[in-house]
Amino acid sequence: MKAKSLIAGAAFIAAMIVGASASLAQDKQEKIVVDGSTTVGPIAKAFAEYYMHKYPEVNVTVSESGSGNGAKSLINNVCHVADMSRFMKDKEFKAAVDKNVTPVAHVVAMDGLPILVHPSNPVKNLTVGQVRDIYTGKITNWNEVGGPNKKIVKISRDTNSGTYETFEKLVMNKEKISADTEYVGSNGAIRQRVQSTPAAIGYAGLGFVDRTVKALSINGIMPTRQTVSSGRYPIARPLFMFTNGYPKLGSHLHGFVTLYLQPEGQEIIESIGFVPVTNYSAASGATRPE
Amino acid sequence: MTTTSPTIGQRSVASRQSLKLSKRASRMRRLAALAGHALLLTITASSALAVMFIFFFIARDAIPFFRLEDVREFFTSTEWYPSRDTDPSFGALSIFVGSGLVTLGAVVVAVPLGISAAVCLSDIMPFGVRQYVKPVIEVLAAIPSVAFGFFALVVFAPLMQEHGGRILAIAWWCMALPPAGVGTFVLSDILAARFARGAPGEAGARVGFSSVLGAAALAVMSWIGWRCAGIEVTSGTNALNVSIVLGFMALPTVISVSEDALQAIGRELREGAYALGATRAETLTRVVIPAASSGLCAAVILGVMRAIGETMVVWMASGNAAQIPKPWYNLLEPVRTLTATIAGDMGEADHVTGSGRYHVLFAMALSLLTISFVCNLISERVVARAAAKRGG
Repeated sequence: MKAKSLIAGAAFIAAMIVGASASLAQDKQEKIVVDGSTTVGPIAKAFAEYYMHKYPEVNVTVSESGSGNGAKSLINNVCHVADMSRFMKDKEFKAAVDKNVTPVAHVVAMDGLPILVHPSNPVKNLTVGQVRDIYTGKITNWNEVGGPNKKIVKISRDTNSGTYETFEKLVMNKEKISADTEYVGSNGAIRQRVQSTPAAIGYAGLGFVDRTVKALSINGIMPTRQTVSSGRYPIARPLFMFTNGYPKLGSHLHGFVTLYLQPEGQEIIESIGFVPVTNYSAASGATRPE
Repeated sequence: MTTTSPTIGQRSVASRQSLKLSKRASRMRRLAALAGHALLLTITASSALAVMFIFFFIARDAIPFFRLEDVREFFTSTEWYPSRDTDPSFGALSIFVGSGLVTLGAVVVAVPLGISAAVCLSDIMPFGVRQYVKPVIEVLAAIPSVAFGFFALVVFAPLMQEHGGRILAIAWWCMALPPAGVGTFVLSDILAARFARGAPGEAGARVGFSSVLGAAALAVMSWIGWRCAGIEVTSGTNALNVSIVLGFMALPTVISVSEDALQAIGRELREGAYALGATRAETLTRVVIPAASSGLCAAVILGVMRAIGETMVVWMASGNAAQIPKPWYNLLEPVRTLTATIAGDMGEADHVTGSGRYHVLFAMALSLLTISFVCNLISERVVARAAAKRGG
């Protein structure tokens, strides 16, 4: 009994070693290494899955270590594509050029953040300034912005998320979010909290808006795919992939970073809650009146 | 294990022969015994070693924080903005307070309920009931914490927002009723014994005392319950929500350990008390509970440790707002705890991007470890001291 299990264990370990070495031996594949932002990561992962399925000879690895690390990896030539949810900083550009790396930006998608409230809330529109004042704690009651006499319950994504970073950059304008703001771990949790709390305000990705919550218009503009992709909705930002120079036309790298121009790429982007930069909705027939 | 001495029943010719081993064989035996012992020692040591390694690695990553950042800020400031690009601040005071508040709330829920339940199970209910109820309570411990968290977030939080006051009132009644009932029973028993012992009216006096005391307790409780019912809850994910849920999570530990402690007192002590003419209430309050006090203490401390270390429930349902509620005992405000901060901030905090942000989590883990270490030490000390007292 004991000996048997010992043999089985040994066989298992041997099999693992063989398997590992076999996978190492397959290194003849063309490799695309992607590193960077946790916000763009899901797009890159979905692209990688699609691309590897279409071209089995290509191996795409995606890591998510943050925009800054993505830039660092590109500068040090250890990745082919750097995902970034912000543009490269001057310092990073300079460091790149010093190392003979020329960063080229590809805007793969747009990211918009609707401000969500409970459907029963009569407030329809806020300005970016009002949203900021709510989150800094200057406005604490809904009646200060035309709503009922209720204390505002502020809900934010956790500080780890790209969603939070976008919100902080585009809305907070370097002011501190007040300490009584609640933090939750996912966009879905934001929606859950807002739909069950009449006095709540929150923000989530565009893909998370449904009938159970109400998206406010900001500065008079509703968050829709059109207003986000055209940049008219104020809480929106482009998402980047950076490459070293423009990739050689027809190469797999070129195919990968231009996937967002293909209908499949746009569908992928839409399906994970981001907004394609191209006018995809007109092409696919899905129109949405403003 | 490897000794060769045969037992009396097995004394046969063969075994008597086996007593005399050749030199080589006996050396082999001794070697085998040594190897066996060494193996067992390694296995035992490895679990202790694993704990030491955890301590070592957490401390190793926590110490740079105390060197890089302001230690005073960490323990005294409430400015928790670790993710700011410029000038991040790591004031964790409000997070310590949050952990403390939630734990305190859980203790307030779990201890009266748990200990009264344990007393009921071991000394008041018939033995047959205990045989069925105790396993059911222990099943409560097997429910995964994420299920509790999901319940707290999806069911309890909205419920609290809609019927906040009423739930508070009900919770108050649930929590206050058993101790008040037991208290009334015990107190009236003691009073009756003091003032009318042996007199023909003793039973009547007991009934009188208990009805007067019960009415008084009911009046106080209804007044508080009525006050509770008037409170409006703006956000359901708050310290009270997790306190209640954590309290229920700690309940099986508290009940189980304190019930064991009460059972360990044994029949002799109880029968001795009865033989001296003590009533059941006197036996309970004067003999059984004091004798089991160290075990009850251990139960409370174990419950505290269960509550302070819980992560999933607080991350999902405490609101995670890094603030000290105003006033501090206002459990209806969202709070942030140490465990939830570690779990929630882990993702972005790799040591390449922001070393302060990475090491601060280890500093928190070290604080948490120290707290539970101290708790453990205190509980061992309490148990040991009580044992010594009983022995001496």
